[in-house]
Order: sequence, then C-alpha cells, then structure tokens
Amino acid sequence: MSVAELVGTFRNGVHPHENKEQTENFPIARMAFGKIFTLPLSQHLGAPSKSIVEVGQTVFRGQLLAEAGGYVSANLHSPVDGKVITIGPRRHPRGDLATCIELEADPFSTQTINASPQNDPMNMSTDDFVASIQDSGLVGLGGAAFPTHVKYKLPEGKTCEHLAINGCECEPYLTCDHRTMVERPEAVVRGITIAAKILGAKKTSVGIEKNKPDAIAAMQEATKNLDDIEVYPLKVKYPQGAEKMLIKAIYGIEVPAGKLPLDVGVVVNNVATMTQFADWFDEGLPLIERVVTVAGTAIARPANLIIPVGTSVREVLDFCGLDMNTQQVIMGGPMMGMPLSSLDVPVLKGTSGLLAFTEAPKGHQNTLACISCGQCLEACGYFLNPARLAKLAQARRWDELDDFYVNDCMECGACSWVCPSSIPIVQLIRTGKGALRELKANQQA
Amino acid sequence: MIKKPMQLLLQTSPFLRRGITTPRLMSEVVIATIPVIFAACWYFGLSALLLIFASVAGAMLTEWFFTPKKSSTQPSNSLLDGSGLLTGILLGLTLPPGMAMWMAFLGGVVGISIGKLVMGGLGQNMFNPALVGRAFLQAAFPTAITTWNPPATSPGSLESFTAIRESNLAAPFMQSSTDAVTTASPLGLMKFEHEPTPWFDLFIGNTAGSLGETCAIVIIVMGVIMAIRRDFDWRIPVSILLAVAAFSAIPWFIKPELYPTPLGMLLSGGLLFGAVYMATDPVTSPVTPKGAWIFGASIGLLVVLIRLWGGLPEGVMYAILLMNAATPLIERIAQPRVFGRGRSAV
Repeated sequence: MSVAELVGTFRNGVHPHENKEQTENFPIARMAFGKIFTLPLSQHLGAPSKSIVEVGQTVFRGQLLAEAGGYVSANLHSPVDGKVITIGPRRHPRGDLATCIELEADPFSTQTINASPQNDPMNMSTDDFVASIQDSGLVGLGGAAFPTHVKYKLPEGKTCEHLAINGCECEPYLTCDHRTMVERPEAVVRGITIAAKILGAKKTSVGIEKNKPDAIAAMQEATKNLDDIEVYPLKVKYPQGAEKMLIKAIYGIEVPAGKLPLDVGVVVNNVATMTQFADWFDEGLPLIERVVTVAGTAIARPANLIIPVGTSVREVLDFCGLDMNTQQVIMGGPMMGMPLSSLDVPVLKGTSGLLAFTEAPKGHQNTLACISCGQCLEACGYFLNPARLAKLAQARRWDELDDFYVNDCMECGACSWVCPSSIPIVQLIRTGKGALRELKANQQA
Repeated sequence: MIKKPMQLLLQTSPFLRRGITTPRLMSEVVIATIPVIFAACWYFGLSALLLIFASVAGAMLTEWFFTPKKSSTQPSNSLLDGSGLLTGILLGLTLPPGMAMWMAFLGGVVGISIGKLVMGGLGQNMFNPALVGRAFLQAAFPTAITTWNPPATSPGSLESFTAIRESNLAAPFMQSSTDAVTTASPLGLMKFEHEPTPWFDLFIGNTAGSLGETCAIVIIVMGVIMAIRRDFDWRIPVSILLAVAAFSAIPWFIKPELYPTPLGMLLSGGLLFGAVYMATDPVTSPVTPKGAWIFGASIGLLVVLIRLWGGLPEGVMYAILLMNAATPLIERIAQPRVFGRGRSAV
C-alpha cells in the first residue's frame, strides 16, 4: 500500500464508475421560477405535515404552509409568492398519490424573500435551537430526509464528542455537495460552528472523498485557522456516505448494530445541511430551495441548479435539455435513488439529483445462476452474506432471513452492482425484509 | 415540438451494473489454462491436445444433449456460459498422457451429466464436475489412469510433439497396447521407493505425471495472475499450500529419510493444479472468507494424510471432493462477523 493510499475508509465496499465529470466543474446556477409548485405534505421521514393554509389564499415566499405533524416531522414553507390553488391528491415521486399543496406562482413577483436573521444561535439553549430548526423545515439533505432537529435533541445521558460532516457524495453522477463545498466553504464552516456549539462537540471532522481535490482544498483553506475542525480526505468508495460507514472511515469505530451514531458519541450531518444552518440563522431563509444535480446521458446541458422545492421535474429536465428518447429518469443517485414513472412530480426537500438516461442500464433480465463467487460478501459494508440472503428470499424462507441479520442491511445495492450473474440481490433482500416484517406482525397478532 | 408520450422504464435501485459477468469470469479461467495446455504440449506432445479435445467434446456434447432446446426461459445458456468448456479442459489436464481418448470422452460425459446436470446445473452442483469425471475414470480404469509416460526426452521439439502415443487412439473397450514406455510418478517413487525427485525438475515440469500438473512454475504464475484479477478467492490456494507445507513438515522433521520434504510435497503431483484450478471452483467451495480458510486447510491436511499414509500415492482429487461435500457444513459455522455485532461467529 503506497503512502497516498493511507487515507481513511471502511472495509469492503465497491467503486462504481464515478461519472461526475459531467457537472463537477460547473458553478451552481439558478433556473427561472416555474408556474406551478406542488408541495407534498409528506416529503420527509416521520409524520406528514398539517396544512394551515386554505385554497385561494395568497402566500409569500418563505411563508409557513404546513406545520410539523408531530415531533418527527417538519414544517413546510412556500417556495414562491403566489396563490394556493388546490390542496389534494397529486402524484408523488415515489409513484402513489399524496396530499399536496399546489401553488400558482405570482408571475409579477420578484420572488425576493423578505426575511430577517434569527436569534443568535450561539446564545441559544438547546431546546430553543431545536425548536428553531424545526421551524425552518430543515430535513437531512443527503437523501433520506430525516428531520434534522431530532438529531440535535440529545437524549438524557448521551453526549456528543464528535460532529462528523458528510462530504463524501459517494453516489456516482451527483456533485451538488461537491459544488457547495467549493463555492460556499465559509457557509459550511459557519454551519459547523453553530452545530458544534449546540451539540457540545469537541471536534468536527469533515469527510471528503479524494476525487474532489478542489473541495478538500477549499474546506482546508476555510478551516485553516480553526483547530477544532479537521478535513479528512477519504478513499473513493461506495457507500462511504452511509452514516455508519463514514464513522468507521473517520474514527475507526463500528457503531453497534441497532444503535445510533450518538451511542458512540457522534452526530453525522450532510454539508448541505450545514449551509442551510447558516442560511437560516444568518438570513432567516427556511428550507424552500436546494441544490440539485441534473445529469445523465439524456441531458443536453447538465448542471447543478438551485431549485425551489415543489418545482416540476419536467420543467427542470426541459430546462436542461431532455432528450426525446429518454428511457429512464431517476430521482437521487443511481445506486439508491428512485425511478420516476412520470415527470409530472415535484422536486422534494430530499432530492439530491435528477438523472435521465437515453439507454436504461441493462438491469436484471439476463440473470444467471449464482456461482457462489463471494463478490457480494466482499462488497457488503456490513459484512452480511448477501448471496445467502438472496437465496433465502427467493426460496421464500422468510423466517430464516433473521438468522443472517437481514435487517442490518442498509440496501445500498453494492451487492447487486457487483454480482456477475446479474442477480437482483438487494431487490430480493428488500422483498424479504417486507415479508419478514409482515410475518412478525402476524405472529404478534 | 411534437412530444410523443415518454415511456419510462421502472426498475428498482441500483441502476448501475459493474458489467463483469459470469461467462466473462469463466472465460478468464479458460484463458488462464492456455499456458498450462502449452506446457502439457511441451512435455507430452500432441497427446495433450488429443485428450483435452476428447474430454471437452464429451463435456460439451453432454451439455448440449441435455439442454432443453425450446425452453423460453433458459435459452441454452449453459452451453454459452463457458462452464462446460472449462470442465472439459480441466478434466483433460488431469489425465495421464497415455490415456485413451475414448476414456477422456467418457470422463467428460460423466463429469457434466452426473457431476453437474443432475444436481440442477451450474451453481447447484455439489462436487467439482471435472473431478467427478476423473473420479469416475479412476474407479473405472484404475490401471490406465495410473500409468505414467515419461516426458519427452527433447521437450518442445517438433519431433516429440508429433510422436503420437498409440494408447491414445485405442478403440473403446479394447486392450490398449502395452508397449509404451512407462515410468513411476514422483509421488509413486517417493512413496514406494523413497526416492525423491530433484526439485528443479518438479519446478519446470520435467517429470512424469498428468498432463497439466507437472509444470509448477506455469501454474504458480497463472494462479498469481488470477488471484490479482480476483477470478477466485486467493485464500483457498494459499491455505491449501500452507496447510500441506505445515502438516508435511512434521513427519519429515521426525523421519527425513522416510518422508518427503515439504517442498517436494508442494511441487509434486496434482497439488498445485488442484489448489489453483480445482479447489477454487466457486460453486463447490465456501462463499465466506472464513469458510475458505477452513476449506483450504482441511484439503491440505487430507492431502498429506492420503499421500503419506493412504493406499494411493496421490490424494488431491479425493481431498477436494471430500471437502466439496463438507462445504455446506463449513458454511454453517463460518458465516462472516456482521458489522457492529461483536467478534463471535454467526
């Protein structure tokens, strides 16, 4: 192992072709506001938000549209000046119909936001901070869209030693976090300063994969006078952006199965979440827009765009030059994203990328027999036995899946990616998890 | 602009594939046998090609014969995935140079049919098909498969290459001519005469033995290349060789005049060929890294036991076949330690 290789990483994992060159050197741009904005009340993990507006009501950019529907839930703000035209079922990116607030943008508005900075977060109590974050509607911007404030309310007896900032962006094609670090390192650092103060974290580590040297340089430059923030270049490997893999890569600690990062004294947040902290506290900007990578073979003008939440995917793709022969559109990254059945769905808070392809990847139509080559075992970051799990799921031996810790699987898809026989391993595991859940529920009933 | 309705493909993530397929893995191993075939031709002449041709023909014809012709779901994949070809080549390389071609053909037939297809085809077979074919030949023709011809006196020359052994062409079920020059294999010499073979001859392959097994250097080089290209689990050959070296060192240390040196054990017979090309068959070896160590070490131990104290001078084939049978048991106790779940197994 050469000296250059002596950077942190986790064991196993895979290295898909990065395909980031399409967008990694383009500055973040803004696209024109659309006409119609569709905001699902459920675009985060947890309870859906509760609408507090009425049809016909005029709203302004940044106005609260829906309140958190519980503790694990988030507020929803209007991304535009405009009018509520419907509150009802609309197509959700995941495919089903979901209750949405539909807005018509005011075509004569300048769409500037009239907001003022929040109270100084450095003098806030934790409870006030958590309430303030929940007010801002902030959810994890890395993809899972977990309401951020929940992470900042430390349970009794737990302390946070380390704040880990996730700048891995290990998904191929996506470069929105990369560009954010290059263009707004000081905003990331400002967010880190706020977060570390509230958590009481002694040290902050920013994990960035080595394929983003400009991001590493920008973050090192921005943190050179700060002793408690350290930038960790990491070996390029998927799924390093998964919380537990990142903690292993930076600190060498394995988070016990079924436990949270906080149980080993770590809180993990995405870089984009940090810039959102800065925007909220310093400018009063709630989460109403985000950076989205638009790329893929069917995109004529790939870009990183600031897109208001609720914008139609069709408008975004048309703006970037969608090919007429598009075969597949993916929301998120190509390893863990979700396929879109329709382009008339909104961009969500958790949407990190929109990828369109003229030729759908080969998929699983040529599935061959499992030859027990063991490559899926060497791909799995959790050291599971994906081959065995897939075989058990295929044989519908659901109860045995538990013996091989099927529920530890994070569904990163590295096993399916690597399989030489094109067996849909992670897909089978997902099916198995669902069936096992049902089985257990029936047993309890 | 006229917009035709866009038909979007729906599948679940991941949407990317690595693109290295099972047939490609098979073909890499097939390519890796070419230098071994070349070495076999160098020392044993045309006999090598004739026998490999016969066993490949037996394997492929059987594969073709038993493949459903009009199946819509499985369009004769098994012929194209390269596994039948590989079985034929590997079987041919384990045969002695003077074997009759019809026997090699029969070995290919049995290896594919009994060894693979009856179990459900590729991926389902319990035993290495090539070794099943060879075990059948060992049982059916015990004399022919232990009759060794010496390597050519001038290896590599055209003259020795084209000198066809008559026994290769013997008609089925007829007594083969016995006028061929025969000799003992290095393992036979050691076991029954206590006469060691110079290690350099073993290293370059200038000894009697099966076609593909004599030339140690070629097998080692190809093994290293395949391990680097991750065509197989490197732990298996490494653990076999380490175990053989360790277990054979003990008796040699006690009675050096009676027992072979560990180096001689490693270089002679089918050990290297078996460790690199046979035991590494992914289908019939454990899938877990821990299992691979147990599997390989057990093969090594069995090889030493059979060679030193068994009735036969060679034991690699039976050692591998026995551990093939034990693979499901090994997998029961050798599951990987799951991330964040302590250090204990399972």
